[in-house]
Amino acid sequence: MAEEFEPRIVAFLCRWCSYTGADLAGTSRIKYPANVVPIKVMCSGRVDPTFILKSFADGADGVLVCGCHPGDCHYNEGNYNMQKRVPMIKDMLKGFGIEGERFRLDWVSAAEGDKFAEVVTEMTDEVRKLGPLNWKEIKEAVK
Amino acid sequence: MSEPRIGVYVCHCGTNISQTVDIADVCGFSKTLANVALVKEYKYMCSDPGQETIKVDVEKNKLTHIVVSSCSPLMHEGTFRGAVENAGLNEYLFQMANIREHVSWVTEDKIKATEKAKKLIAAAVRRVVKHQPLKPTEVDINPDTVVIGGGIAGIEAALTIANAGKKVYLVEKDSTIGGHMAKFDKTFPTLDCAACILTPKMVSIAQNRNIELMTLSEVEEIKGFVGNFTVKIRKKARYVDEELCTGCGDCEKFCPVKNVPNEFEENLSNKKAIYRAFPQAVPAVYAIDMAYCKRCGVCVKKCGKNAINLDAKDEVLEVRAGNIIVATGYDLYDNKKYLEKYGYNTYENVLTSLEFERYTHASGPTGGKVVKKDGTEPEAVAILHCVGSRDVNANEHCSRICCMQSLKFGHLVKEKVPGAEVYNLYIDIRAFGKGYEEFYKRCIHEDIHFIRGKGAEVIDTALTKDEQGKLIIKVEDTLLGEIRRIPVDMVILSIGMEPSKSASRIASSLSLSRSKDGFFLEKHPKLAPVATATDGIYVAGAAQGPKDIPDTVAQANAAAGAVLSIINKGRVLLESVTSTVESSKCAGCKLCISVCPYQAIEFSDEDKASRIIEAMCKGCGTCVAVCPSGAITQKGYLDGQIFEEIEGILQKV
Repeated sequence: MAEEFEPRIVAFLCRWCSYTGADLAGTSRIKYPANVVPIKVMCSGRVDPTFILKSFADGADGVLVCGCHPGDCHYNEGNYNMQKRVPMIKDMLKGFGIEGERFRLDWVSAAEGDKFAEVVTEMTDEVRKLGPLNWKEIKEAVK
Repeated sequence: MSEPRIGVYVCHCGTNISQTVDIADVCGFSKTLANVALVKEYKYMCSDPGQETIKVDVEKNKLTHIVVSSCSPLMHEGTFRGAVENAGLNEYLFQMANIREHVSWVTEDKIKATEKAKKLIAAAVRRVVKHQPLKPTEVDINPDTVVIGGGIAGIEAALTIANAGKKVYLVEKDSTIGGHMAKFDKTFPTLDCAACILTPKMVSIAQNRNIELMTLSEVEEIKGFVGNFTVKIRKKARYVDEELCTGCGDCEKFCPVKNVPNEFEENLSNKKAIYRAFPQAVPAVYAIDMAYCKRCGVCVKKCGKNAINLDAKDEVLEVRAGNIIVATGYDLYDNKKYLEKYGYNTYENVLTSLEFERYTHASGPTGGKVVKKDGTEPEAVAILHCVGSRDVNANEHCSRICCMQSLKFGHLVKEKVPGAEVYNLYIDIRAFGKGYEEFYKRCIHEDIHFIRGKGAEVIDTALTKDEQGKLIIKVEDTLLGEIRRIPVDMVILSIGMEPSKSASRIASSLSLSRSKDGFFLEKHPKLAPVATATDGIYVAGAAQGPKDIPDTVAQANAAAGAVLSIINKGRVLLESVTSTVESSKCAGCKLCISVCPYQAIEFSDEDKASRIIEAMCKGCGTCVAVCPSGAITQKGYLDGQIFEEIEGILQKV
């Protein structure tokens, strides 16, 4: 049997809710796939679309952004600002021939260690199904 | 500038990390990374010798940057920054890789865990090179404190701070302070009277010149940051002037509206439309419940002090404070449907724990007598533990007080109705506190029956003569292994604690996180049990989780101590995460101004560029992300730093 494809996924987690939620998954010893590797930002609103594009360009097969639930943002509305960017990001990815499912925005509170593990597991499975993102081929096609 | 020389420290955390992550492999990998001059592993990096190693190595090996891969930065970033500073480096020339919470504790496969740890270390090593020396912003601390909630937690915290000579605004939503404790008769395990402990403290609040008490008041909005909060408080109309009212009670005597449910008495009796919650209320003045007042004006005429104004309006006040303590307490679980299966609201002799507290209280609706609704004494009383607690159909958490409270109830029934049979129906007896086990033993010797099993339902369908006219509790006795029917005359439901009804409103106005059970989330259960994720906001008492009075008082003092420690220091360092605009790159589109939640960005007509007011910037970085010209940068979260992290994560390991 061929070795299972292990996707590489970059996650941007807001410091207040989702990073803390991911910490809680740790202290609760909830197991989830090691494919998603997090980067801490102060707010999901800080996630510049270039972070997402760069991640794909550098070899990520998926990008996950997690922030506080709507209404719970530590900075009142940073998460809404991130949410507003989603259609633009999806359009941009489409332009590059990258499936929309390779990018996900979700809300994980500081109390939702289990949800963080769930989101990571789902995302890993989904991207695994899509297979590797062949950025080189895409670049060629764009040319 | 000379080449960076990075020191990488890999922590075992005892075996917490090393049992899942191959430390030797990770260290070997770290040595291959660019700019890494030294790699060390150690059992506990956060310990004194661990921190000392960093200091020695910086000097000996001329290290310029430090990476510690251990636990979450939310746990020990401060610790290691201190160590880096002690070693003579700028504390920001440091980065943590979280290989415990995000790797060893969540990954089963050792090879995959090791790989993920390497990625995180590679990211940190690449990132730290881009770090610049920063200075945390130092701000002055306003020495005043706002305490939200006037139960025993808020009272205790306010008194401790005020007694240290500092000003406190104590904000209470009800007409009096005292909270739930004011309703209790006796407190476990010593059975001393609640009022004897509480009322002197309440009086101290009223008399303390450093305390400004605001009752019938709610916090509506909070702006600012540690040391410099502006708190908007709505002081609801009391209709009775607190300064003028002497508490003589003439108004109440003549008030014709008699049918107002008395919340303080758990609605077991009525009060008048003009009322004082209880005789020892603080402030000791009256208030009008406008939902019931008929505006007849009798009270206005009877008041010799002209203290009553039926047209009084709410006031909205703004106070400035350096710190805030949230002590909003709890409410009892009150799902009607759930309580129905225990016959609550169906059978008149099924009581909640708070109702029973009032029954046993000397000044309660029965004058302290344990009697049924018909006035006769019960022959048998059952106390059901864990109602609404430790139950997947209600709240899963343990409310921590119910066992001891139930034991106390049993004791009180035996004391007040000698000869009555008392049954405690329990899942486990959790008599965990000081003197609690002893109290449990005492109750056993008082011939209280203990049945291990959670009461399933309360019915009145008699099957035998003994059950005629009784309430019957169906329970699976898990020690006997059989279903039993216990006929009694009175049922007391020991109902579990939930976060106060105001918790969700408070959480959103203060941007506080809550744990899964809905209680406010502390920063760390052991390292910072009374702090929250927001600097300058503390939590005390049952607002943080179910707890009894001794623990509440202890926590209130801990919160007060934490606040006093900051006030005493006078200044606080703020994390350097603010943003700045490079005006030559700014195109003047003002997009940043439109997304800033703090109005921290203004447009300078002179420069034709946006400018960030640093004192108002809280460092979310949203403006950086929206700036189409790339003119804005965020300290500590530069694009370049995050790019390095991305590359580190995705590099081959």
